[in-house]
Amino acid sequence: MSKVTITIDGMQISADEGMTVLEAAQAHGLYIPNLCNHPDLKPAGLCRVCVVKMDDWKVTVSCKQPVKDGMVISTEDPEVQKIRRNTVELIVADHPMTCLTCEADGNCELQRVAHYVGVTPEGLNRYRRKIRNIPMDRSNPFFDIDHSKCILCGICVRTCDELQNINAIDYAQRGVTSLISTLGNKPIADSRCESCGECVVRCPVAALAPKGAQEPMYEVKSICSYCGVGCGVMLGVRGQKVVSVEGDRNNPVNKGSLCVKGRYGYKFINHPERLSTPLIKKNGTLEEASWDEALDLIAEKFSGSKGDKFAALASARITNEDNYLIQKFTRAVMGTNNIDHCARL
Amino acid sequence: MQKVNSPADVAKMREICKAAFARQKLRFLICAGTGCIAGGSLDVYEEFKRVIGERGIDVNVDLLFENKEIEAGTVTSGCHGFCQMGPLVRVEPAGTFYTKVRAKDVEEIVTATLDENAVIERLLYEKPDGSHAATEEDVPFYNRQQRIVLGGCGTIDPEDIREYFAVDGFQALATIFQEHSPEDVIEIVKESGLRGRGGGGFPAGRKWEAGLNAKATPKYVVCNGDEGDPGAFMDRSVLEANPQSVIEGMTIAAYAIGAEFGVVYVRAEYPLAVVRLLKAIEQAKEYGVLGDNIMGTGFNFDIEVFQGAGAFVCGESTALTLSIEGKRGMPRVAPRPRTTEVGLFDKPTLLNNVKSFAYVPDIIRKGAGWFKSIGTESSSGTAVFALTGNILNAGLIEVPMGIKLREIIYDIGGGIPKGGSFKAVQTGGPSGGCLPESLLDTPIDYDSLDEAGSIMGSGGMVVMDERTCMVDVARYFLNFTEEESCGQCVPCRLGTKQLLEILKDICAGKGRKKDIDLLVELSHSVHGGSVCGLGQTAANPVLTTLRYFKDEYEAHINDKCCPARVCTNLISYRIMEDKCAGCTLCARACPVDAISGEKKEVHVIDQGLCIQCGVCMEKCPKKFSAVECVSPKIPIPAKEKTEVVA
Repeated sequence: MSKVTITIDGMQISADEGMTVLEAAQAHGLYIPNLCNHPDLKPAGLCRVCVVKMDDWKVTVSCKQPVKDGMVISTEDPEVQKIRRNTVELIVADHPMTCLTCEADGNCELQRVAHYVGVTPEGLNRYRRKIRNIPMDRSNPFFDIDHSKCILCGICVRTCDELQNINAIDYAQRGVTSLISTLGNKPIADSRCESCGECVVRCPVAALAPKGAQEPMYEVKSICSYCGVGCGVMLGVRGQKVVSVEGDRNNPVNKGSLCVKGRYGYKFINHPERLSTPLIKKNGTLEEASWDEALDLIAEKFSGSKGDKFAALASARITNEDNYLIQKFTRAVMGTNNIDHCARL
Repeated sequence: MQKVNSPADVAKMREICKAAFARQKLRFLICAGTGCIAGGSLDVYEEFKRVIGERGIDVNVDLLFENKEIEAGTVTSGCHGFCQMGPLVRVEPAGTFYTKVRAKDVEEIVTATLDENAVIERLLYEKPDGSHAATEEDVPFYNRQQRIVLGGCGTIDPEDIREYFAVDGFQALATIFQEHSPEDVIEIVKESGLRGRGGGGFPAGRKWEAGLNAKATPKYVVCNGDEGDPGAFMDRSVLEANPQSVIEGMTIAAYAIGAEFGVVYVRAEYPLAVVRLLKAIEQAKEYGVLGDNIMGTGFNFDIEVFQGAGAFVCGESTALTLSIEGKRGMPRVAPRPRTTEVGLFDKPTLLNNVKSFAYVPDIIRKGAGWFKSIGTESSSGTAVFALTGNILNAGLIEVPMGIKLREIIYDIGGGIPKGGSFKAVQTGGPSGGCLPESLLDTPIDYDSLDEAGSIMGSGGMVVMDERTCMVDVARYFLNFTEEESCGQCVPCRLGTKQLLEILKDICAGKGRKKDIDLLVELSHSVHGGSVCGLGQTAANPVLTTLRYFKDEYEAHINDKCCPARVCTNLISYRIMEDKCAGCTLCARACPVDAISGEKKEVHVIDQGLCIQCGVCMEKCPKKFSAVECVSPKIPIPAKEKTEVVA
């Protein structure tokens, strides 16, 4: 790919042809404030916060503007600063001021952008604050939708469309009444949403927030135990409990994506009814046993059952590697081809 | 002959149609534009048919095929434009022009015309000097106009394509098939200097050239009839009165860029336009001037009508094409390829306004030089305006570019009614600006209006008199754009909301000292930051009223005074003691019983109860004129303290 050189605020940087100005800046660790951009999605150019001045005359959005050799970009041009600050002020003036109790606090793109462009109480007080009062949609068992916090960046819509191909949500209504809506504005639980939560993790504010989320103390890298795909997960742990799951963006299998089970189905880990030791049936009742005891018993029973009287049924909830081992064990050790798999979850 | 089988047949068809209509000695054209229909013109038409029929004249005779002579006929025509005076009736060939015709007048008109060869003076237009105008041409409203795109409006029956043939219809299309290559056609359009009549004013020839040069196929021709400005009805009238000219223009465009399929996007709120357009398309196909193998040349072009669901923003070209695709009408975000590269279904698309297409047949027939000779150097041709508001002659007008605002308002529009005085004129619809008296000598063209802070727009022109509050006007237009914003980009969605909230506050007397600065600052940011033309121009009403009427804003904010006495929160009604005769009319009319007073005694308005509806002022007899409207508000006296204590 051919390289071009562009200048951002006096700094010469090289970029790949086809990149946008924002991508080129980010590749060099330069921050251009933005709200509706997400690296996994096509640029939308809607929040207008990433405006820059191009070649000293044209105001353009850096997330959509392709780089061109010799292009000169200013992010601090007075006109750009004014548009950017007014735009962010408009969003903040339309946004609830409940930061301290908000799920996104500390991790909120709007906070970051507002801080960067310099939103001040004096600046904000000039505006008329009229925050939309739309009832929250709590119908989904895993996440809540708070339209009053929504900044209509459309990241959720594009995620559902571009990444998931579900299209459960889209823009509805017009002007200030615009909102992200399901078909017929039904509760999200009654829509075709599959609750994968991909939109929830990408929401730059807390318009989409997981129910009862807790910040973990530390994270543990693991593999999702639900199916053979083997998605990488980061288990968020607090004390002795798993309190959150996030997709592992560095895992080549899922690149951070998860399905509803992997993302939200972690409560079984700390469930009181979960089996934590093997059970052996003695005199008609199941009794707790040690692993050694259980494995010895299995080995003893299997040894007497080699050949076609043996059959193995593998599980979809273990990894590909484990499934491979079971069929190998069945064929090589037990000497039979009676191996099957429940390919359902 | 039923079909045009070769380009040369068009001339024959014209002669046949002309001869056929000439066999009708007299004909009554009854305006069936939406305005006149609302005024009852269809009843007038039925009555004409009945009255003429009673005389034994067969009004349903098909002139084209029955080689008969006929005494009189009657047809409906498209909009004449002089909606203020409707329903309108034109008698041909004399051209007698009757206004405000009711069904009961028909018998008299028919008798006078057929038997007495006379005119009925009382139904003629009365000029300001008291004399009567016998024909349209004699009416001041018309004689300053130059009607090209509206030329066929009101003179032909839009539901009969043969009438269009008779007035040189489809001759331009035949000519290009015979004489011109696509490049030639584009050269003619370029030379004519035609600029897009949707409001942007982009040179049409350059757009067509880009359409021709676009590589991808298929290509589309789209006609933008999504006219959404409040009070504007230029495109509607063209589609209702002369849909064939649009079809011919689109077909010529299709030939020029190499398209085989076209769409006319019309608002669903224009049912009559849709019906007439569909009829015109069907007839054009029947006669071989549209569809497959047009005029036997092997060129195919078909047109479909798509009805918009009522979003103002769908008038924006990229939103419009998405809307046709069945998607939400949201303008595409720049930087993006032009619609001529990536348009409808992501294919090269030539999109022009109704009027832009309607001009084309005339330009081809009469030559680029003819069109260029009308108007100004940079804006050639004519401009069509829907003239409304506080003006004597409201209606649809077509004037050469470069005409001064003053000429339109006073010479054509007849000035301000009821002795009012001119205050401002708003051009360009909700995205336009309000221009004051000092700019009345501004010539009407794209560049001059732009310089004055307004825009040409698609052609709305609202005249306002001294009883109009300019802050309230800005509020009205912002209310419109706020509701019609598509909502995708922040500056437009929230910027218009914020501007509107501030303007509402100012009108309500809750304006703050720094609001004017904030309005200016936000207006510039909304202009600079928005995705599409809607947002970029949404603040124009605010900026122009601030530029030309800043004192009114200051009066609202600093003195809590509405100089025009419009903003109800800033006005009070008062009965003048020396003038009130105690007739009790006001007290009886007051909807909230705020007026007290005995017969023949001075009446008093309880300011605490008054809702500022103004009924008392309307009811007070002229000879007394005892009620006055004042601003700022008369303070409401606090209730007597003793009462509260007790």
